[in-house]
Amino acid sequence: MLIKLLELFITFFKIGALTFGGGYAMIPLITDEVVSKGWQTKEVLIDFIAISESTPGVFAVNISTFIGYEQYGVFGAMFSTLGVIIPSFIIISFIAKAFTKFADNKYVIGFLNGVKPIVVGVIFSVGIDFLISSVFKIKEITLFREIIFDWKTIVIFAIVFSLTKVKERMHPIFIVVLSGILGYVLFGIL
Amino acid sequence: MYFKLFWTFFKIGLFTFGGGYAMIPFIHKFAVDKYKWITEQEFMDIIAIAESTPGPIAINSATYIGQKVKGVRGSLAANLGVSLPSFIIIILIAAFFMQYKNNVHVEYAFQGIRIGVSILVLNAAIRMYKKLDKSYLSYALISLGFGLLLFDLLSVVYVIIIGGAIGIITQIVKVRGDENVD
Repeated sequence: MLIKLLELFITFFKIGALTFGGGYAMIPLITDEVVSKGWQTKEVLIDFIAISESTPGVFAVNISTFIGYEQYGVFGAMFSTLGVIIPSFIIISFIAKAFTKFADNKYVIGFLNGVKPIVVGVIFSVGIDFLISSVFKIKEITLFREIIFDWKTIVIFAIVFSLTKVKERMHPIFIVVLSGILGYVLFGIL
Repeated sequence: MYFKLFWTFFKIGLFTFGGGYAMIPFIHKFAVDKYKWITEQEFMDIIAIAESTPGPIAINSATYIGQKVKGVRGSLAANLGVSLPSFIIIILIAAFFMQYKNNVHVEYAFQGIRIGVSILVLNAAIRMYKKLDKSYLSYALISLGFGLLLFDLLSVVYVIIIGGAIGIITQIVKVRGDENVD
């Protein structure tokens, strides 16, 4: 039990310490860690992300609580949330007093100049990966696998994505609800 | 005072939807305008710090403001306040989600929602791209990050560390170059 809780803590500590640039920068790290450890499938994780984006509060705390809870109940949720919070807690506690020096340090500037663009590439890659795994579904038929191209997902993508381009900064909840309704209509009713 | 910090951040955590940046106006309203815990200048500093340090912006600000007002215990109170609403709400939802995740109607909706999430992620990447300096280094690193992850060559942790290392090296080379010109 202790080992499991410690593993959750360390995993989320790593995620918290390497998230630069807000909640979305956390998604590639979480996906990589959680899926490679076999804690969740990519699909369920994407469902968690959707719920975490549409409930109040800090996205990082939402998603860590969700994954921790599914792994080891309330204690799991506590350890993963603590893990994700503590790096920024420590860093801010130390930096707060000497901020101006910190921000002008050439190594810090260099580090961020490298991290910011590589994170953009990483987030972009995860977005494409999420899209591809919805569009092409792998169907297991006893002995062989068949890859199915799902045109309905393309319809949903085209509608929702073009709406977000018409109205900039559309709220995440709106996007989640709209794509949920479209999903229900296209997959469930039609 | 500890309770006031806790309660203020609890409200901030409870009433903001959609991540850290939605929280900034609330934090300003309470911490700068109402309680005068921090000055306008300190508030601007927090935003700058949050952008150059890892971790969620909500946690960064709660820690900074709590510390300023009441030291380490103050920042613990503020962090507990801002995290607790999320923690409770998600545990309730997770318990509920377990019961319904195999429901066929829920699954239909989630098949659509997964597309919605990929759009959220792609749009976030586009937004962050627009804020970047458009240099050869940026384009090279974007491609590197994209490629390494798409073909599953390295874990994200190492990809980010490599990005930082390349950034530091480039910075050192650039500073040396400037010194030589002088």
